[in-house]
Amino acid sequence: MANAMTAKEVTKKVFNNEELFVLDVRNESDFNDWKIEGKDFEYLNVPYFDLLDGVEPILDKIPADKELLVVCAKEGSSVMVADMLEEAGREASYLQGGMKTWSEHLEPVKVGDLKDGGEMYQFVRIGKGCLSYMIISNGEAAIVDATRMTEVFTDFAADKNADIKHVFDTHLHADHISGGRKIAEKTGASYWLPPKDAEEVTFEYKRLEDGNEVLIGSTKISIQAVYSPGHTIGSTSFVVDDQYLLSGDILFIDSIGRPDLAGKAGDWAGDLRETLYKRYKELSSELVVLPAHFMIIDELNEDGSVSEKLGTLFAENHGLNIEDEVGFRKLVSENLPPQPNSYQEIRETNMGKISPDEEKQREMEIGPNRCAVR
Amino acid sequence: MNVTKVLDAKGLACPMPIVKTKKAIAEIESGQVLEIHTTDKGAVKDLTAWTESTGHELLKHEDDNGVLKFWVKKG
Repeated sequence: MANAMTAKEVTKKVFNNEELFVLDVRNESDFNDWKIEGKDFEYLNVPYFDLLDGVEPILDKIPADKELLVVCAKEGSSVMVADMLEEAGREASYLQGGMKTWSEHLEPVKVGDLKDGGEMYQFVRIGKGCLSYMIISNGEAAIVDATRMTEVFTDFAADKNADIKHVFDTHLHADHISGGRKIAEKTGASYWLPPKDAEEVTFEYKRLEDGNEVLIGSTKISIQAVYSPGHTIGSTSFVVDDQYLLSGDILFIDSIGRPDLAGKAGDWAGDLRETLYKRYKELSSELVVLPAHFMIIDELNEDGSVSEKLGTLFAENHGLNIEDEVGFRKLVSENLPPQPNSYQEIRETNMGKISPDEEKQREMEIGPNRCAVR
Repeated sequence: MNVTKVLDAKGLACPMPIVKTKKAIAEIESGQVLEIHTTDKGAVKDLTAWTESTGHELLKHEDDNGVLKFWVKKG
């Protein structure tokens, strides 16, 4: 019988740049749309239904000296194929829970200490590229851009003996379902949203506006809101403890936000340029940028975290170095990658207009995030 | 439509709907039609791709209150 490999174990291999041979037995279109990404991973995609008569035809395409992981959508087919490979004399594991579980796995990584002894954590959603944050200080916690796997956050805070006091979304997300409101309801924390993104929401929220300052813990870790429109009209960044810039979907490590997911690329391209080239330029170049997404595995640091100094990004990020305004507008409004799957339904869910069940939510989020332009 | 055989694969998870479909289609003649019922949502893409790779023809499929129905003509 083949062994199960957990999403956490695969995440370790991604972080450590280990080698892995991934036999993905989903159909071709699903594989081409979205797969497990690792720097030193190799891939073979053969749908499970082409292997029902046996795995002999593909044995010579699978190197004998590499660790082998079979992957499918929900696990069932990968167990079958991994067992067949074992019977044929190959050692094989299958991905426990399949891509469904991969899409939901969150790996907490400590980014650094705060001045008063508090801590900043990044939650890496490795399969989808979403990044969430928890700021902990003196028994209190704040969460930024939480995903819908809310228990991971509430359990983590409980583990750290911290009460969740504030939950923020930097903007109305279009690529994944926010867990912010649910966490706030469960813990009694305040849920903050930029009002310009929240015009159509069906629930109560606190208005997140430029200059708002929220304190966490008795020694006052400050979370300072910086209005930074462009990805959405309400997009807001945070400066935390004068050290970190949580940039939401405005600025990434190797790319910048796209302004078109609410249908207004033309209008918002100017806002995006203003935010990146003026507002961000006025901030300290020593701030460590912590974005809400990564797009490619190369953006991960050695410990699996995703961060870079603002000054370095001004020097190296292509999207911050386009002199010509027309060229910039062209980059962010033409030849954009396809829009995220179900992004309209995801926006409506985040506004509280529709309440799909968990299985439906999962299905809506399947696939990579596509919030950036490079 | 003249259906030769009906396969009930409701409640079964991937890969069983396709495993059973493959068996059932082996039991009918070329040109005959197999009707498949399943509740596994992945079946839509998988059966479409499977019929393409095996030379059978997916005549149509529909969602009947959560039960996915497929009609496949053996190639």
